[in-house]
Amino acid sequence: MISSGIVTVSYIAATVLFILALGGLSNQETARRGNWYGITGMAIALVATVLGVVTRHYTILLVALLIGGSVGIVLARRVQMTQMPELVAILHSLVGLAAVAVGFANFMDPASHFTGVDLTIHDIETYLGVLIGAVTFSGSVIAFLKLSARISGSPLTLPGRHWLNLALLVAAIWFGGQFVLQSAGGGGLIPLIAMTVIALLFGVHMVMAIGGADMPVVVSMLNSYSGWAAAATGFMLSNDLLIVTGALVGSSGAILSYIMCRAMNRRFLAVIAGGFGTGGGSAAAGGDVEGEVAPIDAQEAAALLANAKEVMIVPGYGMAVAQAQHVVYEITKVLREKGVNVRFGIHPVAGRMPGHMNVLLAEARVPYDIVYEMDEINDDFPDVDVSVVIGANDIVNPSAQEVPDSPIAGMPVLEVWKGKITIVLKRSMATGYAGVQNPLFFKDNTRMLFGDAKDSLDAVLKAL
Amino acid sequence: MKIGVPREIHAGEKRVATTPDVAAQLIELGFGVAVETDAGARASFSDEAYAAAGCDVVERSKDLWAAADVILKVRAPEAGELAMLRPEQTLIAFLAPGQNPELLGKLTASGATAISMDSVPRISRAQKLDALSSMANIAGYRAVVEAAQHFGRFFTGQITAAGRIPPAKVLVIGAGVAGLSAIGAAKSMGAIVRAFDTRPEVAEQVESMDAEFLMLDFEGEDGAGEGGYAKVMSDEFIKAEMALFAEQAKDVDIIITTALIPGKPAPRLVTADMVRSMKDGSVIVDLAAETGGNCELTEADKVIERNGVTIIGYTDLPSRLAAQSSQLYATNLKHLLTELCPEKNGQIDVNMEDEVIRGATICIGGETTWPPPPPKISATPARAAPAPAPVPEPKKPSVIGPIVAIALAGLALLGLGAVAPPSFMAHFTVFVLACFVGYMVIWNVTPALHTPLMSVTNAISSIIVIGALLQISSPVSVIMWIAGFTVMLTSVNIAGGFAVTRRMLEMFRK
Repeated sequence: MISSGIVTVSYIAATVLFILALGGLSNQETARRGNWYGITGMAIALVATVLGVVTRHYTILLVALLIGGSVGIVLARRVQMTQMPELVAILHSLVGLAAVAVGFANFMDPASHFTGVDLTIHDIETYLGVLIGAVTFSGSVIAFLKLSARISGSPLTLPGRHWLNLALLVAAIWFGGQFVLQSAGGGGLIPLIAMTVIALLFGVHMVMAIGGADMPVVVSMLNSYSGWAAAATGFMLSNDLLIVTGALVGSSGAILSYIMCRAMNRRFLAVIAGGFGTGGGSAAAGGDVEGEVAPIDAQEAAALLANAKEVMIVPGYGMAVAQAQHVVYEITKVLREKGVNVRFGIHPVAGRMPGHMNVLLAEARVPYDIVYEMDEINDDFPDVDVSVVIGANDIVNPSAQEVPDSPIAGMPVLEVWKGKITIVLKRSMATGYAGVQNPLFFKDNTRMLFGDAKDSLDAVLKAL
Repeated sequence: MKIGVPREIHAGEKRVATTPDVAAQLIELGFGVAVETDAGARASFSDEAYAAAGCDVVERSKDLWAAADVILKVRAPEAGELAMLRPEQTLIAFLAPGQNPELLGKLTASGATAISMDSVPRISRAQKLDALSSMANIAGYRAVVEAAQHFGRFFTGQITAAGRIPPAKVLVIGAGVAGLSAIGAAKSMGAIVRAFDTRPEVAEQVESMDAEFLMLDFEGEDGAGEGGYAKVMSDEFIKAEMALFAEQAKDVDIIITTALIPGKPAPRLVTADMVRSMKDGSVIVDLAAETGGNCELTEADKVIERNGVTIIGYTDLPSRLAAQSSQLYATNLKHLLTELCPEKNGQIDVNMEDEVIRGATICIGGETTWPPPPPKISATPARAAPAPAPVPEPKKPSVIGPIVAIALAGLALLGLGAVAPPSFMAHFTVFVLACFVGYMVIWNVTPALHTPLMSVTNAISSIIVIGALLQISSPVSVIMWIAGFTVMLTSVNIAGGFAVTRRMLEMFRK
């Protein structure tokens, strides 16, 4: 209905709008506008394609759009903010599956007419698109299952798992060679299917080996993969819009993974290789901290908070599990009315995905200008009267700085122990994800408030 | 059970073992509380206030002792009181069993249970019932107030129209609880404060209060003894220490000494010569007067003047702030009773398995249980800090790695350029540029918005729907159905991703 030139112009507009959408996220004020740019870009791209390329089967198209769209809206409305990591993971899996489906459909399309080097390149593009898509799909499904606690979050470490990964990689390359060879003669479906199975297995195995607290890295890595899958599909279809968007998303996920790894002082490959926290020997090092812990009750905690001038709250995954963010906000409100300066300190890897804590606090209506990043507030702890650690462990572990052979040595941590008093809310004395005992709990200026974070905080709120 | 709080009969003692506020909390624990008439009068707590808190006010001390199961006192019982003590009773007070073996013998003979507040072990868990620290805190504060009383000038420095007033210089010897409290009080009055202690690890605490810690140029000896107290030092150390004090004595206006070694006479730190060398009008407050004094000239319980220097030897400084010290002591007792009565049913259980209760109980059922076995864990962490672990040399970033990587990437690109058709290279150019745009844009995203970033990139990565739209018009029905399925999957993503991003961004507010 419209010329291909107009379609291309629309794609350029969509590309620009997508870039603006990501740029808008640089701060909270412009972020909402950025989201509208994204929606507009997507709408322009869709309309242009439907009008310019699609020639029939409109009914199926419309029905599919409607069903998918309404499912998406319902999911988005219903999801709890604590379940965001799961939602993001399952949405990634859909992109992966879509990449696989488009790759197969494109391969089976009799209308394609490539020869020679073009055919080889096209085949490699198809193969890569399907490969990345399949890994994204199965990896995301496992990540979703782990995050929603439908399967255990602890890492599965098969014997010789690195060799298994290597074997799968070699097999995938070998089948790739077969696929290009057979495709030239009109075949190639079998190697493609075999590779898809291998890629699915690889995705499953890779994420199974990664433990709960490494999930921020996994989720952002899968985010990156879904982008690369889209980019590879773009190459396959010679479509620049897909290539650009895929590259944007891919680099976004890659940067997030990098930020997360840096926040844990670990190498990306080491995280992906998995099995952290279970390695023989490493967990034992620095684990023999002993001493007295000083428990307190909610009344005493409330008195400490009420008499403080500077309070720093450090939330961790435990706050999400206990759904305690609303009580935290109520306490914050009461304290702020009393003139106490309450601030929040967020570690980059607190929670199960990048920015998880910020979203939870935002949901509980905590104003974002009192929520600070680790680097912004770490120097302020000596002036803090009371720090409250809610369900966090490794991210406030002084061993990272004090014990050179600790498994978490060198990881940047929030230096709560430099404040005057630290109240730690915790269910038990169990170690954190890294399996390292936390000397913070035994410090003279640390008080332990045992119990479910929400119940404890409710009691503190009542006492205030 | 009934708690009895008698009036203190020791001459000059103004404190009382419970206050109306704390009595109300004890009643909440299930106890009955009886108070002798005028027990709190000298600490400004009236009988009416006790009655209002729910206590019985008992006229005669005899009736009180007869009716009570638990007696709370400040001072150790005197002969008349001992006679009234019954075997089933529990007595809680400052009993100082180490200094008063005779009293310990009599208490044991009475068959009663005696818990001594000065024998509470110094472990972290028992901090809240450490009455010695409470009293030391008050003594340190009061020492500064007494010094100010006898010192003829300001503590704080001022520049006035009538001339400059130099700030007073205060030296605090011994930076324990009392010393730190004195440092804080003197500092807040504006004096220049210096402090000395044989335990180098307290330097940090002194400096945290903005006072100057006087370092002794003396290697290899540490004055920390068991339980966080000081110990007796070697002769050479004491010599060096005395030289320091002699030098300081000429300079400072006020000396407050708090040096105590448990179970030993107080160390002689300020000699008569030093006192002579001090300026006229200077003041010495000796908190160790009770055990002989840190100053050679101190006379216990008296204020004397020698060579123009006032030497204060009061031993009842906490009692001179009776309302404050009664309140802190009563709270310490309440914490002890909370430990003794875990069920909160008003029944006490002297659980000899509990480290804190075991340590404080000096006799039970006719048997002496003092001294207790040494505490398992010291309040100060073991300072067996060996030489600090060698700092790993910062790894120099290898220059070869990146060069090899760049070279390989360059070769791969050259290889690709050699064989790939121009149309592919055009797309590849777009791809590489887009990666860089993404790199620039994403680094600007604030970390607080990383979750919305993920959901919005998720939504836009479903641009892959274009691929399905290109195929949906295919005449091959399999392809059409696959494409339709893909459109459905991706539209879940498009709608869900944008909607959830919007929902999250709505929540971020100032």
